[in-house]
Amino acid sequence: MPEFLLDGRSVPFEPGQTVMEAAIAAGIYIPHLCWHPAFEPHGSCKLCTVDIDGRPASACTRPAEAGMQVTSGSEALRRLRLRLTQMLFVEGNHFCPSCEKSGDCELQAMGYYLGMTDNHYPHFYPRRELDASHPDILLDRDRCIFCELCVRASRKEGKSVFALAGRGPQTRLVINSPSGRLGDSELDAGDEAAGICPVGAIVRRNTAYRVPIGQRRYDLAGIDEESLARERPLLGRADGPTED
Amino acid sequence: MDRPKIRIATTSLAGCFGCHMSFLDIDERLLELTRMADFDRSPLTDIKQLGRCDIGIIEGGVCNAENVEVLRQFRERCTHLVAIGACAINGGIPALRNRYPLEACLEEAYLRGEGLHQPAIPDDPELPPLLEKVLPVHEVVQVDYTIPGCPPSADAIWSVLCALLAGREPELPRPLIHYD
Repeated sequence: MPEFLLDGRSVPFEPGQTVMEAAIAAGIYIPHLCWHPAFEPHGSCKLCTVDIDGRPASACTRPAEAGMQVTSGSEALRRLRLRLTQMLFVEGNHFCPSCEKSGDCELQAMGYYLGMTDNHYPHFYPRRELDASHPDILLDRDRCIFCELCVRASRKEGKSVFALAGRGPQTRLVINSPSGRLGDSELDAGDEAAGICPVGAIVRRNTAYRVPIGQRRYDLAGIDEESLARERPLLGRADGPTED
Repeated sequence: MDRPKIRIATTSLAGCFGCHMSFLDIDERLLELTRMADFDRSPLTDIKQLGRCDIGIIEGGVCNAENVEVLRQFRERCTHLVAIGACAINGGIPALRNRYPLEACLEEAYLRGEGLHQPAIPDDPELPPLLEKVLPVHEVVQVDYTIPGCPPSADAIWSVLCALLAGREPELPRPLIHYD
């Protein structure tokens, strides 16, 4: 199998795999929010930015090549990812104390992982529309980070309920239904698209506090460990040794 | 030989005093703290005038003109300024009003709210004017250190205080970083 070097460790890959897929399959975490092993990469959050032979690249979209030298774990990249995460926080309305996703939220967990203790930038406090029209699913656009995971999941399920519209600060999540409201769409609570949101933008109702705060996913483990445990098996290398 | 004592001031702006309660949760460590430090202006001392201090601790965001004045005074007179809690860091729950115009908030609370007797928007000259938006502390003055959490745990507060008292750069270990 061809190999590349990631932070000094040899990572084998199958031709056609991305740097991210090879790294996760090898048990090495590269931070990410919009990437998910079950879907085509979106390449928008840029948290997976790594240095490949001296140039920045997104690990989730870059095909692995034999002999490439990849750096992911440097202090410079931690700082870059910290600033990106802080930008995600200030461009939405992310108030963890009043969010039912707190403790299960990947954006929050990314902040913890990167040692984020403030938001650094001025806040946008954007005005975004809440959609409470669906009996089983709540859409709180304040918390959306535009990762398109719901868009990709719903497209795969053949419903295409979600899409992103607009550009820049006007970007917003829109609904494919006659009224534009979630309640009039084909989305069901059992759909993967209803459960895949990494933040608290799309949440299943009546499930919010089944697990108490303090005992949730990222209260128990860091996003690095949790992500590897959950995503590595989806790449078919669950039982393989960690390459380190 | 006695070292000069560190002076600490604290205040709650647009906050709920929850961070101060969490501060008190350092429990018997308060005794240790008072051996090393004296409190200046703080809800704990009831001193109203702020003197020169080594450490200023700010709870809460900035929602009115008085908050701005107090905050600027803290920045001017404290060597190290620590923003503590979600509200100081991102506006927190009070900043949920930022999605509405100020007038609409006042009308909802004082003119249209249920069970109001003689509805009127308060206009006593002693009341500090409200800002159009609730701001986090760092959007008004330079902040040196931040302790997130709603409230931050007593251990997180103690960890940062110990570092500052010892002249070290505070660094919160990952388990003490929480935003909720």
